[in-house]
Amino acid sequence: MTATAFKQNHLLGIEHLQAREIDLILDTADSFVEVSNRDIKKVPALKGKTVVNLFFENSTRTRSSFEIAAKRLSADIINFSSSASSLKKGETLKDTVLTLEAMNPHIIVIRHSASGSPLYLTTFARSSIINAGDGFHEHPTQALLDALTIRQRLGRLRGLKIAIIGDILHSRVARSNIFLHQKMKNEIVLIGPPSLVPAEFCALGATVCHDIRAGVKNADVVMMLRVQEERGARNYFPSIREYRRLFAINREIFALAKKEAIVMHPGPINRDVEIDTSMADGSESVILEQVNNGIAVRMAVLYLLKGDQRHESAD
Amino acid sequence: MNLLIKNGRVIDPAGKTDKKLDILVENGHIAKIASDIRNEADFKVIDASGLIVCPGFIDIHTHLREPGLEQKETIDSGSRAAARGGFTSIACMANTDPVNDNRSVTEFIIARARQVGLVNVFPIAAISLGLKGEKLVEMEDLVRGGAVAFSDDGCCVMQADLIRKALEYSKMLGVPIIEHPEDHTISAEGQVNEGFISYKYGLRGILNAAEEVIVARDIILQDRIRSKLHLTHISTAGAIELIRKAKKDAIPLSVDVTPHHLLLNEECITTYDPNFKVKPPLRTEKDRRALLEAVIDGTVDCIASDHAPHTRDDKDKEFEYAPFGVIGLETTFPILFDRLVRSSTISINRLVELLSSNPARVLNLADRGRIKKGFPADLTIIDPEASFTIEVENFNSKARNCPFQGWSGQGDIAFTIAGGRLVYDRLAKRH
Repeated sequence: MTATAFKQNHLLGIEHLQAREIDLILDTADSFVEVSNRDIKKVPALKGKTVVNLFFENSTRTRSSFEIAAKRLSADIINFSSSASSLKKGETLKDTVLTLEAMNPHIIVIRHSASGSPLYLTTFARSSIINAGDGFHEHPTQALLDALTIRQRLGRLRGLKIAIIGDILHSRVARSNIFLHQKMKNEIVLIGPPSLVPAEFCALGATVCHDIRAGVKNADVVMMLRVQEERGARNYFPSIREYRRLFAINREIFALAKKEAIVMHPGPINRDVEIDTSMADGSESVILEQVNNGIAVRMAVLYLLKGDQRHESAD
Repeated sequence: MNLLIKNGRVIDPAGKTDKKLDILVENGHIAKIASDIRNEADFKVIDASGLIVCPGFIDIHTHLREPGLEQKETIDSGSRAAARGGFTSIACMANTDPVNDNRSVTEFIIARARQVGLVNVFPIAAISLGLKGEKLVEMEDLVRGGAVAFSDDGCCVMQADLIRKALEYSKMLGVPIIEHPEDHTISAEGQVNEGFISYKYGLRGILNAAEEVIVARDIILQDRIRSKLHLTHISTAGAIELIRKAKKDAIPLSVDVTPHHLLLNEECITTYDPNFKVKPPLRTEKDRRALLEAVIDGTVDCIASDHAPHTRDDKDKEFEYAPFGVIGLETTFPILFDRLVRSSTISINRLVELLSSNPARVLNLADRGRIKKGFPADLTIIDPEASFTIEVENFNSKARNCPFQGWSGQGDIAFTIAGGRLVYDRLAKRH
């Protein structure tokens, strides 16, 4: 496990990573899984480093996951969320970040509803930036923890058929997963109504399909996305009732996938909306393993970035 | 001021002139055009050897932000930017604060422009009160006050019945309705062109149909009404096709395109730089090529800058939160001359026509856009050999939101003369 092999200063997305960098993050995460299984779940790797969790969107799981990851690496972490922030007083994102940077953090973890915000931060900030979800764009640590879970359960990350089902148009989880599995040369099928899965997604190296049965057939991984009522209100589909009938996963449809296939969900799940409740709790469901792996993956990312670039560039 | 412009290549597209001539300017007007005029009255001489003298450029679509948004631009700074870019006349949109929907605002803009005294400023009044798309402005009163056209610009009139009435009522005034074609129910909160790029980068899209639906609607209405209709900043191949067919069917219609839609495409937004965030959005390469083709074949009547100034802080934001718009008064000519004329895509005569005589015709500016004895001496003199590099810090505009920062090329404005007065001289100290 060597951090010097990782040349990135930031983790803004999966799009710009190479396959071997993804493998390196996952290998590093494997060793941190072991740390999380110990009685004393702490290593001194990032002692003396400061991580800022800068969250402009509600998030419990991702924020907590980064917080626990940083603490298990002995980093100091502070949480800065929009409800308590000065953004409500009309401060710009740039001023907020410059103010935080004046306190010399090493790493800033940002979640923001506007796509591209993490990249924007790198144009003026000195800290390493980790994207914890930007708009509809990317959510790289989610795709990485998904990949780690797939590797654990299926023993490999290549030569797979990945079916992603739901609101692809508005999903940063889908985009990061598409980029990741395209790099791993896996077959990707995107499933949902045409209003939420435009045909142009084919150009990203995926197949677009509007029939869940055809799409799930022979899949190794069935990845469900959360469907939001709001999309129904905006007529992306007529009703949750009809959506469920056409695009929810249940045992009958899942039986079309490969025998050892797994079902995933980034959470939070809508029981009996996009996923049949018995499936969510079944042995093929890896939903809670995904949450657990989130900590190891985020430890790996924090460890590999270390927030050292500001000091190196100052030399 | 009296001037004698010697030895320039005079291009006057409307008069079908393209030859070496001298021009004598007296009391703000063109007094004489002939070869080898002698300087009998000891006038100031401009040596235009190797230079091109053409009718002053007219920008049919500018935002000056005054009154109300003076932190972005003022009539003074916008006029200086225009002069720097070779524009002797600019038509400014109504989305000021207060909105230019009544005669007092129109008269204020004209009075301020006279005080500044650099270029001609022609106010475009709103179509509807407060740009709300509900109630027509007092069109005749506004025209008497000096408005040259009507437009709700970015607040495109959604009610087909209102645009019908606006076209019908304005017909008796002979003044154009300028439409920014955008169906807001389709574009909604869109940020960039909808398609592969918007999907990949996770930005809300604006379908080309948002533009084409309104273009089609207006053409259908105009076929019956036959008023004066101008469609501004056309951006899609589909809209161009509709317009080409309408013109073939002799439906009265004129259109403009912008330099940024002619030279840039949607790939520019992949770094989330708000200086490429504009409405209509930068489209696909296929659309861009269709616009260029329409400029070449004559379907397009005018080039408009859609100069939309914003402060640095306005644009220094998350892409989604930054306002739409780019500036263009100071870059339109040099960029287009270098990229289109020097590459032999279009002739200099065609570019001058797009920037002067055609906008004058659309806006009914009877004594502008020509080099003709007795007309006001609005003249732009071009140095085709001058090299330039676009540097936003040197702009006369207050704004810096330019998508062409760092571009370089050859061909720039040497002198701008408005109403017989030298309002820009490239080699003099900066204005």
